[in-house]
Amino acid sequence: MAVKDMNAPRTKLSSSLVVNGVLILICLLWLVPTLGVLITSFRDSQDIFKSGWGTVFPHKEDVQSGEIKVDPSVDVNGPITIEGVTATFEEWRNGVTMPDGSKLTWYGNKRTRTLIVSEQKWVGFSTNLTLDNYKNTLSGQEISFKDAQGQVIIRKGNNLATAFLNSVAVAVPATIIPILIAAFAAFGFAWLNFPGRKFMFVIVVALLVVPLQIALVPILRDYTKLQLNGTYLAMWLAHTGFGLPLAIYLLFNYISSLPRELLESAFIDGASNFTIFTKLILPLSVPALASFAIFQFLWVWNDYLVALVFLGDKNRVITMALAAIVGEKGQDWHLLTSGAFLSMMLPLAVFFALQRYFVRGMLAGSIKG
Amino acid sequence: MQTQMGKVPSPGGVISWITTNLGRVLISLFVPVITFLVLWQGFIFLRDSKAPQTLIVLVAIIWGVGGVALLFVVSNWMIEQLPTEWSRRLQPFVFIGPGIAILTWYLVVPVIRTLVLSFQNDIGRGFVGLQNYFFALSNRVMLESFRNNLLWMILGTSLSVGLGLLIAVLADRSRFESVYKAIIFMPMAISFVGAGVIWKFIYTYKGEGSGIQEIGLLNAIVLGLGGQSQPWLQLPPWNNFFLIIIMVWLQTGYAMVIISSAIKGVPVELLEAARIDGASEVRAFLRITVPYIQGTLLTVTTTIVIFSLKLFDIVRVMTGGNNGTDVIANEFYLQSFTYNQTGRASAIAIVLLLIAIPVIIYNLRQFSERRAF
Repeated sequence: MAVKDMNAPRTKLSSSLVVNGVLILICLLWLVPTLGVLITSFRDSQDIFKSGWGTVFPHKEDVQSGEIKVDPSVDVNGPITIEGVTATFEEWRNGVTMPDGSKLTWYGNKRTRTLIVSEQKWVGFSTNLTLDNYKNTLSGQEISFKDAQGQVIIRKGNNLATAFLNSVAVAVPATIIPILIAAFAAFGFAWLNFPGRKFMFVIVVALLVVPLQIALVPILRDYTKLQLNGTYLAMWLAHTGFGLPLAIYLLFNYISSLPRELLESAFIDGASNFTIFTKLILPLSVPALASFAIFQFLWVWNDYLVALVFLGDKNRVITMALAAIVGEKGQDWHLLTSGAFLSMMLPLAVFFALQRYFVRGMLAGSIKG
Repeated sequence: MQTQMGKVPSPGGVISWITTNLGRVLISLFVPVITFLVLWQGFIFLRDSKAPQTLIVLVAIIWGVGGVALLFVVSNWMIEQLPTEWSRRLQPFVFIGPGIAILTWYLVVPVIRTLVLSFQNDIGRGFVGLQNYFFALSNRVMLESFRNNLLWMILGTSLSVGLGLLIAVLADRSRFESVYKAIIFMPMAISFVGAGVIWKFIYTYKGEGSGIQEIGLLNAIVLGLGGQSQPWLQLPPWNNFFLIIIMVWLQTGYAMVIISSAIKGVPVELLEAARIDGASEVRAFLRITVPYIQGTLLTVTTTIVIFSLKLFDIVRVMTGGNNGTDVIANEFYLQSFTYNQTGRASAIAIVLLLIAIPVIIYNLRQFSERRAF
């Protein structure tokens, strides 16, 4: 494939083809699920109920080309002969392929005496795309859409607009607060001397893999007593608590590796610890801070369990709203797919924009990297 | 002006010393009170306000982030008002104090409180001995959950790590490495709930009958191949496998990225030497690359094992744990927040912690070996 491969032996070329072939296949498998949801979210609701999302692409399909009325004299209870072909009612109903390639299908019950003529034809890209699904999921008012038979259905909207804003209000401080607290702590552990320093840091390392389930029941009790349930503050503090061990650990590794001379010279110049931290350490640590920020933001935005326990139905965030659609409207795929995509938009954008930092943070986070 | 601050000894020196220091003390008390009032007003506003939501969100963000920054600035300022020796002694705790306090409240103390709760009955009063643990380790539903978690751990982890390794090795030989890796890695940005919707759409089943068109991809494929459509998520034990595939889809990217960076660290000379000696690619991979990266493989495997142990969202959203797909974390949720059996739930949480303890010990060992703290 590559220019450098042109002169290489044949075996190398073919092995490169195999490598890329396998990788392309795997990548397609990986992309198809998301692609299906993305495409479906833009389709008309009636279309979604009727056909799979693959039909947006060019394909062969039965296209109605006419109707045949069966003469009232024909007995519909026995075998029925139409245009020279004889079959039972059930067979007609399931569709019979005629000698000329067209297909006849009985419409409705026996009394209609109507057959639909259809032919296999190529259908191009579907242009019946819409943003209505997104409007409907975002809205908290009554919404209406059409089902497979074209009947209008009225539902209460799931108000994803509010949920989206709630997610922002939870995720942004729940990302910045632990970073701030952890950066202070990491600086303390790395550069200041105080009794119990080693012991406390060992505790931090031990807490890295403690399952958060252990904390949910006691903390919920505290929150009930303090009347913090359902508040943003409750979520910020909880996510700070659960995110701090990793944050302190990552930032400690980074801050403790900064050159010692740098800090000492600042100290000799008479700067206080606080000034050194805000003017020197924080700016220098931006790469590490960014790594953890992406980590924590994705984690908080995508969290479901913590929100489910501490927020309840008040101020519900987008993962909860989406899960609620799954529970209430499990077959309304136009709402589910657009809702899913709304919930994914922001984290995907952050992820692709800052992937480099994310990978770096992940590598630093695995204890033995 | 500065001379009046007590530099020049004068008859009124004692009085001025007292007044300036009294001023200091007053300010030292005044500043925290003001800070507290400002933050409290913010809290009240956020709790009771009927303002438009965008405004509330904006205020919340500024209040939350600004509040924490303010607390650090104010507490540091107060410490710096103290005599030098005291300020030097206490300042480290301004830095680590908030972090340690939150960790204590949210993780350290809850371990003990949950342990205590696990020996008590559902309302959290009355000692019941090991009864909750008998439930956690012998109840039929719990045993089913353990079986399923074992499936998740073994199958989910081996598939994620195996596929991650395969892709990392293959991508290393391709010019389009970064494109492939970005695609495989992408699901890491998607929530489990979102992934649940994505895969539910693949497995969806409408049922039999004339005129019904399957819109789920899997059923469409099965029908296209001449088979029968199936309600995939209601077919025990196979439904577990369909759920595990979701986890593999989500976690392979993680395994791939970590393994890939380890593979880049394998010395090229070693591999070249092996090739010159006539070793096949497969042999060179098994004999050189794999031993070289086995530490990383172990780390990735443990991380994913721990992850699959705590898995909750996927099962909750896809099946709710019905049809034989229950897992420990879902049972924990049901016991504590649906059935209000806090004793049983706490016992389950402690069991989860016990399973994670070997990893904790391993981490601590790694840590103490690596650096002289």
